[in-house]
Amino acid sequence: MSAAIDVRGLRKSYGEKLVLDGIDLNVAEGTIFSLLGPNGAGKTTAVHILSTLVAADAGEIRVAGHDLHQSPEAVRAAIGVTGQFSAVDGLMTGRENLILMADLHHLGKQEARRRADELLEQFDLAEAGKKLASTYSGGMKRRLDLAMTLVGRPRIIFLDEPTTGLDPRSRHSMWTLIRELVAGGVTVLLTTQYLEEADQLADRIAVLDHGRLVAQGTAEELKRLAPGGHIRLRFTSPEEFTLAGQVLPTAVPNHEALVLQVPNDGSVHALRDLLARIDDASLEVDELTVHTPDLDDVFFAVTGQPKSEEVSA
Amino acid sequence: MSTTTTTTTTIRPMADIGTMLRRNLRHAQRYPGLSLGALGMPVIMILLFGLVFGDTFSAGLGGGAGGFDYIDFLTPGILLMSIASGTMSPAVAVCMDMSEGIVSRFRTMAIFRPAVLTGHVLGNVIVTIVSLALVVGFAVLIGFRPNASVGDWLLAAVLLIGLTIGLTWFAIALGLTSKTPEGASNVVLPISLLLPFLSNTFIPLEAMPSGIRWFAEYQPFTPIIDSLRHLLLGTPMDSSSGWLAGGWCLAIAVIGYFWAQSSYNKGTVA
Repeated sequence: MSAAIDVRGLRKSYGEKLVLDGIDLNVAEGTIFSLLGPNGAGKTTAVHILSTLVAADAGEIRVAGHDLHQSPEAVRAAIGVTGQFSAVDGLMTGRENLILMADLHHLGKQEARRRADELLEQFDLAEAGKKLASTYSGGMKRRLDLAMTLVGRPRIIFLDEPTTGLDPRSRHSMWTLIRELVAGGVTVLLTTQYLEEADQLADRIAVLDHGRLVAQGTAEELKRLAPGGHIRLRFTSPEEFTLAGQVLPTAVPNHEALVLQVPNDGSVHALRDLLARIDDASLEVDELTVHTPDLDDVFFAVTGQPKSEEVSA
Repeated sequence: MSTTTTTTTTIRPMADIGTMLRRNLRHAQRYPGLSLGALGMPVIMILLFGLVFGDTFSAGLGGGAGGFDYIDFLTPGILLMSIASGTMSPAVAVCMDMSEGIVSRFRTMAIFRPAVLTGHVLGNVIVTIVSLALVVGFAVLIGFRPNASVGDWLLAAVLLIGLTIGLTWFAIALGLTSKTPEGASNVVLPISLLLPFLSNTFIPLEAMPSGIRWFAEYQPFTPIIDSLRHLLLGTPMDSSSGWLAGGWCLAIAVIGYFWAQSSYNKGTVA
């Protein structure tokens, strides 16, 4: 697969403050890539640079195969951006906003109206289409915003915190829309501070902290980075519990609850090993639960460290 | 990558400027406060100075029975004042626009880059032409009697529209430097108030105190008002003030345009 976005050594500082400190990114065509990080990590700056809004201080950037410094117009023609702050025109109706975008893409009068109505329908805004965008709720504004981004059928879409401030229902409907986009072959780079969101949507995740990429990989690969993955074994009889403690010497026992915590990365291989040992000793286990670390664990594990770690894919 | 070659970037300046102009006219229609203010103020000025203060000014300047018709003297200056006071609304509108996400969106799109600001300028030119027509209409109602040939009217129109374009670009450049719409409305005050008042709009240079007179003599509005008076009243034109007027319009337009564009593109990959 060829790269939709390829970045090497991206640096940017505002005055004294270093915002991006040598970032490398590679986003394959037709995938969702997530930049994950807390507020102030540099996510929005990265999106601004990749979408030609802000000039980088250093770095080689190719978007849709075009060098961003040499041919920004070619990059602009290939991308669509939905920023963190709603980029709709509040003094125009939803439909007029979409027609404005269509006009800027020179779709022609007929096609502009057809495309606007199609997107209003697709984004569940058909009824609201005649109302001024300033009267829309947060979720509606985001949907209109994304619909406007899609008018020109961009091949690469940047979504800067697309669900920040949305209620759970709007968030889920936004996730569905994003998944549908990628099913249509579009590449998505999305930033988020929600670990769950990156886990749900992204094929690959890069963790950004203080302008540096501290980890990169699939959600699964990142989860394996974090300590704390274990299997929890619960027993009913104290005898079995004691016996199990001897068979599994690395386990951490909880005598009152009759529970053993066995360190385990949760992979099938490690799980099969453990089950084999349980079988061999004919242990009566009442309940077995797998605890894989979630991205929260990963985040705390990797951002606490000054050194960057790369997961080989 | 196979898709690279299919990416076409044909920039269509006229189409994009037209789209932006339509957007700004729609704004004016949805949020008419700014434009109505720009239209109403000059009409109030011509009525106030023409009807209420006119006789007193005229008498003080030795006019009246002697054939000095104050409304004829006043109208060209008020036309410039309409242009000047009309620059406030695009400055504020541009500043408001820049704080909106939609302009960031425009900047990431493959559109003719000067289109966003040019749309604002053209929108204001249209509003100002309406305002100028209203002022001429009301001036004629209260006794303005121009004596100009068709050619003179055309030249006057060129001068007025040229100044409108120039001052609007300049005001937009000022608006772009402001962080808040309130700031934008203050930063254009020297154009919208100072230049029209400290010129020969209301009284001839000879009647001014020396310090102000010195300023009025060398600032751009005075030669433009002079030229306009000559054109509209049919008196012979002093060619140096004509060239000076045209030169000022051109200089203001060029400086305003490049300043505004560079502010708009500042820090981005242009």
